[in-house]
Amino acid sequence: MSTEPENIESLVNQRYKHGFITDIETDALPPGLDEDVVRAISARKNEPDWMLEWRLRAYRQWLAMREPEWAHVHYPPIDYQEISYFAAPKSDADRPKSLDEVDPKLLETYDKLGIPLHERARLAGVAVDAVFDSVSVTTTFKDKLSEAGVIFCSFSEAVENHPELVEKYLGSVVPQRDNFFAALNSAVFSDGSFVYVPKGVRCPMELSTYFRINAANTGQFERTLIVADEGSYVSYLEGCTAPMRDENQLHAAVVELVALKDAEIKYSTVQNWYPGDENGKGGIYNFVTKRGDCRGANSKISWTQVETGSAITWKYPSCILRGDNSTGEFYSVAVANNFQQADTGTKMIHIGRNTSSTIVSKGISAGKAQNAYRGLVKVMPQAHDARNYTQCDSLLIGKECGAHTFPYMEIKNPGAHVEHEATTSKISANQLFYCRQRGISEEDAVNMIVNGFCKEVFNELPMEFAVEAQALLNVSLEGAVG
Amino acid sequence: MLRIQNLTARIGDTEILSGLSLSVEAGEVHAIMGPNGSGKSTLAQVVAGHADYEVTAGSVEFKGQDLLELEPEERAREGVFLGFQYPVEIPGVNNAYLLKAAVNAKREHRGQDEIDAFEFMKLAREKMAMLGMDQKFLSRGVNEGFSGGEKKRNEILQMAMLEPELAILDETDSGLDIDALKAVAGGVNALRSPDRAIVLVTHYQRLLDYVEPDFVHVLSDGRIARSGDKTLALKLEAQGYDWVKEAVGA
Repeated sequence: MSTEPENIESLVNQRYKHGFITDIETDALPPGLDEDVVRAISARKNEPDWMLEWRLRAYRQWLAMREPEWAHVHYPPIDYQEISYFAAPKSDADRPKSLDEVDPKLLETYDKLGIPLHERARLAGVAVDAVFDSVSVTTTFKDKLSEAGVIFCSFSEAVENHPELVEKYLGSVVPQRDNFFAALNSAVFSDGSFVYVPKGVRCPMELSTYFRINAANTGQFERTLIVADEGSYVSYLEGCTAPMRDENQLHAAVVELVALKDAEIKYSTVQNWYPGDENGKGGIYNFVTKRGDCRGANSKISWTQVETGSAITWKYPSCILRGDNSTGEFYSVAVANNFQQADTGTKMIHIGRNTSSTIVSKGISAGKAQNAYRGLVKVMPQAHDARNYTQCDSLLIGKECGAHTFPYMEIKNPGAHVEHEATTSKISANQLFYCRQRGISEEDAVNMIVNGFCKEVFNELPMEFAVEAQALLNVSLEGAVG
Repeated sequence: MLRIQNLTARIGDTEILSGLSLSVEAGEVHAIMGPNGSGKSTLAQVVAGHADYEVTAGSVEFKGQDLLELEPEERAREGVFLGFQYPVEIPGVNNAYLLKAAVNAKREHRGQDEIDAFEFMKLAREKMAMLGMDQKFLSRGVNEGFSGGEKKRNEILQMAMLEPELAILDETDSGLDIDALKAVAGGVNALRSPDRAIVLVTHYQRLLDYVEPDFVHVLSDGRIARSGDKTLALKLEAQGYDWVKEAVGA
């Protein structure tokens, strides 16, 4: 990332004349948010004017908006002036030099997840170059993609190198003023991913944030934009099963997907942010806006998510089924243990003719956690022959947790065919005793039952990811029983 | 093999077993009979280690070790099998998966390698054919939507796969039609061997027409009121349980 230090310094100093900001070299802005901070972020990223203007419009709209209170989550009020909106990654000097300096508890978890040794260092934030060289992998990867004409880069690079694409599609699915957190993200987003798959191209590999350079630098306000041009296909994997430690408590990401005529996007997420300790202290607040626009006829967008982390999850990956015959899918496993709170689900907006959507949501609650499914199926008057199938299952482990279901349906076309099935079940003492009597330990029995419960969703994940997700679930629910 | 001495156990405040003693040796088949509420099922659950039952006195030894010290899964791996009266449904968990996990837990305990997938399938098919079970049961959820008879056959299948040293079958015959009863009995008889003991907990004589016991015990008020050979079962069938109570009371 190229920056112009003098420029930033002058901007920042305009506002913070009082001298308390002395170490601009640390590459972080002081806490607080106003127009100058938005300008500083944009300047630091060397953005064109239109990008800055876009951010400023978002910021002004955000000022007039209020934080939503309808979600089934509780947390102390967030002071948005207490947050620092730009922090570059730690320099190598601040990082652990080797795995010996990393928290043994974290390493233990990596071990349980079966993460390859050479990957552990990267995940734990060890100065990467000191440990292993990823250049060869990345280069092969990049060569293959450019051969196919696929653009896959950081959002900042996209603004610099493909401004016409970014300007055309940015905010076209999630407008700046869509909601409080989306507006905030639009004003101050740090970085993220950009993908463009040209007409008729089937992306030759699964794209993963894992391989993207600077993946660790995206920070708390991540912005992702994926455009699949006519007749193209792409599968995108976000996140990682390994627990990621982050100093930032508030995360507000925005993901926009655009599928043009005959295109298909498959977006898979495994989210495992720090959920706080077993007493509910610490943990990430995750307020995410994810939306896909099936803009062209016969297009398809499929969301698959496994959510195990964060203290609070507020997330509703949605599909706008605009094109005729378009298809939207949402497969979700949300786990909440200890004091975690999850309010997650989806929105399927049927606009085109003959559109169909499928929702399969599996919520698992353990400890004192609260897990809510919130979903909207909306069929517009012109959406003839729309079909939706919703299946919403909750699994409770223990006596102190809760599961909640809030299904909303707005059907404005009498020909729509909408089905909703919901179940709530418990892992019973008798089930566990039965398994134990067959020689299976209690922990293995819980894992077996939970994995059985989630099978339909895991089947939707790319193979390798599914194996990791399963291991992750086992670790997340460790000690949930007994 | 199994030595129960003066076993007293309760659930909540209700004492159900009151000083029960029973010895079972390898190679033997014992039938435990008795009226409803006499403690038959409790005995089975206590030996298996169900947490709802509290042992307040007495001892249970299995192969010379104190069974009450062990967790339920450890007892199972040591060779104690309980065929449940009401096998529980575990939706979404594949029957084959549970079976394989159980077989492997036992093998690991013995220091053996995990069973090979092909070997496992071959063994499972063999046992299922013997029990007259359709192979599609393997891919269904554990007991999910099974009929009463199917659940009981499934218990016997698990027993056949795990080859326990001590098998306690709790009312495995109840609610079975004659074909299922014969299949279950066939499964039990196939397992009879000089180094294995079988305890049949049953309400009726019916099963004993097909699996001939070496000993029959009658439970009453939480202890063994009377023991004998198979003729005792026939007598119970003819005269009901009341005479046992009267005999004890006298």
